[in-house]
Amino acid sequence: MDSHQASHDSNGQHARTFVYRHPLTVRITHWVNALCLLVLLLSGLQIFNAHPALYFGETSDPGRAVLMMGAEQNADGGYSGVTQIGNYTFNTTGVLGLSRGPSGQLEERGFPSWLTLPSYRDLATGRRWHFFFAWGLVLNGLCYLIYAIWSGHARRDLAPTRHQLRHIRRSLREHLLLRFSADEQGRGYNVLQKLSYLAVIFGLLPLAVLTGLTMSPALDAAFPFLLDIFGGRQSARMIHFLCALGITAFVIVHVGMVLASGLWNNMRAMITGRYSVPIRETADDQT
Amino acid sequence: MIKRKRTLSRRSFIIRGAAAGGAALLGGCDQLSQSPSFRDMLNRAEGLTEWAQRLVLSQRSMAREYAESDISVYFKPNGSTRVADPEYIRASQNGFVDWKLRISGLVERPGEFSLDELRRLPSRTQITRHDCVEGWSAIGKWKGAQLGPILQSVGLKPDARFIVFHCADKLSFFSNYYESIDLIDAFHPQTILAYEMNGAALPVPHGAPLRLRVERQLGYKHAKYIQHIEVVASYSDIGDGRGSYWADRGYEWYAGI
Repeated sequence: MDSHQASHDSNGQHARTFVYRHPLTVRITHWVNALCLLVLLLSGLQIFNAHPALYFGETSDPGRAVLMMGAEQNADGGYSGVTQIGNYTFNTTGVLGLSRGPSGQLEERGFPSWLTLPSYRDLATGRRWHFFFAWGLVLNGLCYLIYAIWSGHARRDLAPTRHQLRHIRRSLREHLLLRFSADEQGRGYNVLQKLSYLAVIFGLLPLAVLTGLTMSPALDAAFPFLLDIFGGRQSARMIHFLCALGITAFVIVHVGMVLASGLWNNMRAMITGRYSVPIRETADDQT
Repeated sequence: MIKRKRTLSRRSFIIRGAAAGGAALLGGCDQLSQSPSFRDMLNRAEGLTEWAQRLVLSQRSMAREYAESDISVYFKPNGSTRVADPEYIRASQNGFVDWKLRISGLVERPGEFSLDELRRLPSRTQITRHDCVEGWSAIGKWKGAQLGPILQSVGLKPDARFIVFHCADKLSFFSNYYESIDLIDAFHPQTILAYEMNGAALPVPHGAPLRLRVERQLGYKHAKYIQHIEVVASYSDIGDGRGSYWADRGYEWYAGI
């Protein structure tokens, strides 16, 4: 992968050196967070499957679902999986609404068994997984946030510079072409990385936690304003679902970029902290 | 059938590897889900949740109350929607006039209350949101006797810790439904023994003649068809010992989320 990476380099082969890219706290919290998010997504889909529909407002009035999954009987007596989004209905047999369960039998279920934890239908166990790892996500996230602010990691590594923001279009074009300039391959994060990390760390993840808490009748009694912020318990449930979708989309692009920009170099950096970069002749400090 | 050349390209290797890895991961997670020691570890989160929620909740923190116009047109009756017990059926055909709520256990003055006697006690009417563990919500109007004053009138003994609700319905063949709450929830002003729903006598599918409303917890805590209230120091001798029908089946005893 290293030679693949070097081939993108404008000057051909470069002498390489290691920089210390990720501090220990960032590495540990990154992997704990990855594990928590995976479990939360899969157990969350198990919980969603107990009532595979989403609504606006406080209540889940029948016929007013914004999204709904289920099985419908066809004219020939067979069944198909149906996903309804707004006024549109899609046949999603085999994946959403109707799919093969762990025993191989077709069953009515929102998300398929290979996307739920446990794979079989078990809301109680799905909840146990979800809330254990939700605590993991929150406590790990707090450790990360305290470290990121206290150590200057957030300001130094995550906040985009004015120069980066001015050249955001060039960065965007390079990303779309999967061409990373020597500088962007280098020591710090590029501007799109910074913005997407900031959006996830300070946007999507806290929003997912807050909308999750809004679904708690106890916390709604303690903090009634949560219901007003999110427009009711069922709205909060829908936003929670959309956050999960957004985080999943981020992870897919994130893993894609890791593959495109050098799997082993990135993995080594996130495990040992050491990241291989071309040696630069000029001593210009990072952007 | 066209025979396709089988080459293990890098892409298919990665896809197959990911699929195999994913299957192993899910299989492993199913095994973990059934391992008693792993479940014990997951279950510890419940204690942390209860501790944290009780930390931010005060006795005055009230579940939101809604307007008449917010009442759901359809309120799904969940769990048991009828009771097979012949004595219950006879009582329901009679409008529950001879029906009695029994209170026993760690109380100074055990006794029985008729529905009429309960109606004469201090009551509370509240329009609240019912949140089912499955994910749905519905708003209903409930009127009932506040549990706190009832418990004060029978007098709790010093070692009383939990209020257990024994119900007439059976969700499984062998066991009657039961629930329990602690004294914090028992004495909360919105905790009522409801005998009216949406301005009419509590319908049978919703737990006639008496159901619990414990507004700061999920739906399954709101026991229906209550026959007998037992005050105990510990619920370990009741059912499978976890304090409620659903707790015995893996759900949380403390259902604040």
